[in-house]
Amino acid sequence: MIRHLLSAADLDHPQALRVLDTAAELLALADRPIKKLPTLRGRTVVNLFFEDSTRTRISFEAAAKRLSADVITFSAKGSSVSKGESLKDTALTLQALGADAVIVRHQSSGAPHRLATSGWVDGSVINAGDGTHEHPTQALLDAFTLRRHLAGGTGDLDGCRVTIVGDVLHSRVARSNALLLSTLGAEVTLVAPPTLLPVGVQTWPVATSYDLDGSLPKSDAVMMLRVQRERGAAGGFFPSPREYSRRYGIDARRMALLPEHAIVMHPGPMNRGVEITAEVADHPRSVIVEQVANGVAVRMAVLYLLLSGSEGGQDR
Amino acid sequence: MPNGSTLIRGVRPLGAKPTDLLLANGTLVATGAQAAAEAPADANVVDAGGLVALPGLVDLHTHLREPGREDAETVDSGTRAAALGGFTAVHAMANTDPVADTAGVVEQVWRLGREAGWCDVQPVGAVTIGIAGQRLAELGAMADSAARVRVFSDDGHCVSDAVLMRRALEYVKAFDGVVAQHAQEPRLTEGAQMNEGELSGRLGLTGWPAVAEEAIVARDVLLAAHVGSRLHVCHVSTAGSVEIVRWAKSKGWGVTAEVTPHHLLLTDDLAASYDPAFKVNPPLRTADDVQALRAGLADGTIDAVATDHAPHPVEDKECEWSAAAMGMLGLETALSVVQQTMVDTGLLDWAGVADRMSTRPAVIGRVPGQGRPLAAGEPANLVLVDPDAQRTVRADRLSSLSRNTPYAGRELPGHVIATFLRGRATVLAGALVQPEPAGVLR
Repeated sequence: MIRHLLSAADLDHPQALRVLDTAAELLALADRPIKKLPTLRGRTVVNLFFEDSTRTRISFEAAAKRLSADVITFSAKGSSVSKGESLKDTALTLQALGADAVIVRHQSSGAPHRLATSGWVDGSVINAGDGTHEHPTQALLDAFTLRRHLAGGTGDLDGCRVTIVGDVLHSRVARSNALLLSTLGAEVTLVAPPTLLPVGVQTWPVATSYDLDGSLPKSDAVMMLRVQRERGAAGGFFPSPREYSRRYGIDARRMALLPEHAIVMHPGPMNRGVEITAEVADHPRSVIVEQVANGVAVRMAVLYLLLSGSEGGQDR
Repeated sequence: MPNGSTLIRGVRPLGAKPTDLLLANGTLVATGAQAAAEAPADANVVDAGGLVALPGLVDLHTHLREPGREDAETVDSGTRAAALGGFTAVHAMANTDPVADTAGVVEQVWRLGREAGWCDVQPVGAVTIGIAGQRLAELGAMADSAARVRVFSDDGHCVSDAVLMRRALEYVKAFDGVVAQHAQEPRLTEGAQMNEGELSGRLGLTGWPAVAEEAIVARDVLLAAHVGSRLHVCHVSTAGSVEIVRWAKSKGWGVTAEVTPHHLLLTDDLAASYDPAFKVNPPLRTADDVQALRAGLADGTIDAVATDHAPHPVEDKECEWSAAAMGMLGLETALSVVQQTMVDTGLLDWAGVADRMSTRPAVIGRVPGQGRPLAAGEPANLVLVDPDAQRTVRADRLSSLSRNTPYAGRELPGHVIATFLRGRATVLAGALVQPEPAGVLR
């Protein structure tokens, strides 16, 4: 298995499947009365969050604890980082604490890559979202959720049609999903206003469209991305949140354009009333809450696969 | 040997056939057989067999960081690096702290250069007060000062206001000045981190599009033509900019341009490492841009190679990409990079290198006594380079106070063996030669 998980592109087809299969086994644990496994007993996992993210941090924390790892959570707010401590000094501190894995969320694209390649830390680095770059475990949990609903819970996503809608330009979720879902054989279409598609998107392994209504009937799943209101108006990426909703939001009318079996996804947190109406968010075919539950299992699988192969802890 | 004679034997001026050069009293006094014949018995002899002699290099674009950021570089340390790189004159950029926007600051920098004695330091004056882009600085006072400023630039910031740029271009005509523009449309580059292209989209780094440079270059060449003044385009980095400058020159307008060594060699794919050693403004561009820049330098569309030597302390580069400072060291590697990209590729001969790294930059900057031919009667500013040498760049072996070279670990051709500033060797055998302390009688 790979040592670090920095990008969804770090996983080839067999490795990605291995994560999903492992997650499926671990998910079964969630139904047991005692949810803990002793796998990572004696190992130290650090949650290093330079950016607020309650759900991803809690998800990783739960995953590490269920594998019996010692978990240290290091949030930038109220720590020495907010007093100007550098990424390097923070990393050296974690190294001194003996971190076996560092789960890093950072507002700067490439910060996890820097940690992994700088020699500042020896442990595995897991990217929990960096700037507008990537969020590979989100893509893995999305793939896991898609597989359960569209592929019977096994194998890859061959031929599944996934439409990702919204602010692709600023979305690390979209980047990781475009890479991972393509690796797994899905047909990915990115739908966005032209201002929110990155330059060079034509070189990505995806199709693109400006037309949501035209894309929905050909979708087995539609993933709505969070759109920050500030991108409109003063941000200049679209004229107003209202116009954005009309052209790229999903509501009951658009929901009806989807095939009967299609599911609606959202990485959260949602802007109800902007990219998704409450009616759709709470619809039976919305799997948004399930995505969160699957996130814990997928992150357990990632920690297990990255750490159990390396020396230390109970394998010593 | 400051005022002694030096006989340089067997050197190839501009790569031509070997000859001898005699330097005395700051002047190149004789060449060929006459040099050996006229050399006094106690002349210092430099055996320069296999070496190429070029006029001392002139850099139009150097950040010496003093005053204000003496932790990154000082006039003394930066000019040591310059001498080791073969330079006998550098233009010290104005974005110091305080900004070089008054006669007082430019005279201070100029005086520090004289005291250090490693090369001529020609201060660049800011175009606007505090390089804030609001009001013209006292350009005339800087021009009339002891520093004789002729190049004005808000480098690091673009004079984006069209009226202000027009006025600056007009105003400097009174003292034969030139406005050196950092061409970067600010609104198109808010938060920009690297070249905008396929890679910036993939890496999630905000793009710095080529059009943000080209739009300003196009506007400025038209303004320069309109008011009949001299425009110099700093660090041209895109194929489109080369095209616009070529077009402007075809009209006979007073437009000149420079390219940095790093834009002749390095490409944007290096950003995929997220290593801020490769973060620079303007950003590294594509391989197609590199080819266009080389072609532009070869055909003379681009007049000069300028280093944009930009020292930064370690902590400003040893961090995440978006937090890192922009800029690279350049003085000690410039000639090697030009040899690799232009000479070894057959695009320029050594006479061409002399033209682009000495003659033309000296003319653009109106630097007296620099960029002159290697001929009897001219000032003895020259550099001896061994084109057959190879060296692996090591950041900790550089003379600069900073370590932010993008070439660390890279093997580069050519090595500066000696540099002479008005006859005094500042570098011999590839090492600095301390000037004799002032006040010591000989």
